[in-house]
Amino acid sequence: MPTVIEMTDLRKSYGGRAVVDGVSLAVEEGEIFGILGPNGAGKTTTVECVEGLRVPDGGRVRVTGLDPVADHDKVARVLGAQLQESELQPKLTVREALELYASFYPSPLDWAPLAERLGLTGKLATRFGKLSGGQKQRLFIALALIGNPRVVVLDELTTGLDPRARRDTWKLIEDVRDRGVTVLLVTHFMEEAQRLCDRIAVIDKGRVAALDTPAGLIRRSAGATVITFTPSAPLDDHDLAALPALAAIERKDGRITLSGTDETVNAVITLLARNRITAHQLRVVDATLDDAFLDLTKEEAA
Amino acid sequence: MNTAVLRTEFRLFRREPGAVFWVFLFPTLLLVILGSIPSFREADKSLGGLRPVDAYVPIAVLIALIMSGVQTLPQALTGHRERGILRRMRLTPVRPSALLSAQMVVQGTVALGSALLALLVGRLAFDVRLPKQPGGYLLALLLAAAAALALGSVVSSLSRTTKIAGAIGSAVFFPMLFCAGVWIPVREMPHAMARVVQLTPFGAAARALDRAAAGQWPGWEHLGVLALWTVLLTAGAARWFRWE
Repeated sequence: MPTVIEMTDLRKSYGGRAVVDGVSLAVEEGEIFGILGPNGAGKTTTVECVEGLRVPDGGRVRVTGLDPVADHDKVARVLGAQLQESELQPKLTVREALELYASFYPSPLDWAPLAERLGLTGKLATRFGKLSGGQKQRLFIALALIGNPRVVVLDELTTGLDPRARRDTWKLIEDVRDRGVTVLLVTHFMEEAQRLCDRIAVIDKGRVAALDTPAGLIRRSAGATVITFTPSAPLDDHDLAALPALAAIERKDGRITLSGTDETVNAVITLLARNRITAHQLRVVDATLDDAFLDLTKEEAA
Repeated sequence: MNTAVLRTEFRLFRREPGAVFWVFLFPTLLLVILGSIPSFREADKSLGGLRPVDAYVPIAVLIALIMSGVQTLPQALTGHRERGILRRMRLTPVRPSALLSAQMVVQGTVALGSALLALLVGRLAFDVRLPKQPGGYLLALLLAAAAALALGSVVSSLSRTTKIAGAIGSAVFFPMLFCAGVWIPVREMPHAMARVVQLTPFGAAARALDRAAAGQWPGWEHLGVLALWTVLLTAGAARWFRWE
C-alpha cells in the first residue's frame, strides 16, 4: 500500500510551548486512520499541518507526495477537510453552499446524492444560519467530500450529531473508504474510533504514545480483561495478589473485580477450583478502547 | 477572480436589506428630501449661481461610496474572517483572496450603481444637469471608489471582530462625510479649512467631481491626492490584513 500522508518528526510550538513535538506517522492509501488523544494533545494542530493551514516549525509533511504549504493548490485539489469550528455565510442556503463548493473542484461529486446520504435534502433551501448544530455538521461533511478527494481529513466528525445521524455518518465514511479514499479522523469518541479506524495513533502531549489497530491497543493495555465475581467463601488477599499479569484488584460489597489478561482469567479459575470456592455472578469482559486509552494516556502522564 | 464566488457574494448582498438601503437607496433618498425643500431649488450666489440641489448631487454620490467603503465592506470582510469562512476557503483550490476581490467588486459595483441612481434622479426630478465633463467625472468617481474600498480594507485589517469594525467604521464615517461636504459643501468652506479638507480622499473627490460636473477637467492635484490615498491605503491593507 502506498503512503498517502507522511509526517516525519513534525514540530510546532506556540509561545515556546511545543504543541506538536516530533510526530512521525505514515497513513496508507485506503485506510481510516484515527488520531486519538486528550484535549490539548496537539491533534488538531497536527492535522492543520496536513491541511496546509499551519506551517510546521520543523519536520516534514507530505500529502500524496506534495508539500501542503508549498504546493497548496495541488494539495487542495486532492484533499477534502472538515474543520472543528467553522461557519459559512449565514444567509447562504444549503443548496447554494453545495453548488458553490462543487464549482471549486475539477471533478466534483454530484451534490444531490451526497445531500441525500447526509439527510440534507429537506434542508436545501434553508439558510446556513437557520440550521441546527447537527445539520451544519452534516453540511460540512458534505463539503469535505464534494471535491471527490483522494484524502479526507475529518476533525471531530460526529460532534453534535444524534445517535442515528452518527451511525449514518459512520456508514458513509466506510463507503467513502471502500471507494479507495484515505481518511484521517481526529476524534475523542472511542466508539467511533473502535468502529471506524483501521489503525489509531494515540497522541498525548504532542507525541505519539501508541500506534496500533483498535484491537491491538486494547490488548496492549495492562487491564485488557476484567473479571468480576462474588466468591462463596472469603479469598485470601495474598493468593489474589499473586495472580499472573494482574493489573488491579478492587473489592466492593463482597464483590471482587480483577483486571488483567486471559492468563489472569485462567489462574483465577484454577485458584477458585483449588479452594473449592464458587464464583457467583461471574463476568469476564474485554476492556474497551476507552480503558485502553485511559491507560495509555495515564502512563504518559506519570 | 472566481465568478461563482462573485455571483454568490452578489446574491448575499441582496439578502442584506440594511446594506441595500444604506448604500443603494439612502444617498438618493437624501437628495430627494433636500431637493424637496423649495429654497434648495433656488440659485445661490455663494455657490457660483448653482442651486444647493445641484451641489448635493456629487455629495450624494460620495455618500454612496463612503457607505459601502467604510460601513458595509469592513463588516462583510471582518465577518467572513471572524466566522472562519476565509479559513475554510483556504482548504479549497480557490484562494480566500477570491472572496476578498469578490467583495470589492460587489461593494464597488453597488456604490457606483447608487451614484448613477443619484445622478439620474437628480436629472429627472430636479433638473440637475448631468456632468458636462463625463470622462473626468468618471475618472474621479472610479478613483474615489477605489480609495473608499481601500479605506474599508484598512478598517477591516485593523478590526479583529465585526463589533470593532463597526466602531472604527463609525469613527471614520462622520469625518469622511464632513470632508465630502455633507454639512458644508467643500467649495463653501473657509479657505484654510478647505485647503486641509482637499487633502483628504473625499475632500479631494468632492472638488474633482464639482469641477467635472461644471465642465472643467477635475484637476490633477485632486486626482493626484485621490490616487496617492488609494496607493497608501491599499499598501496598508495588504500589509495588515489577516486571513484568520
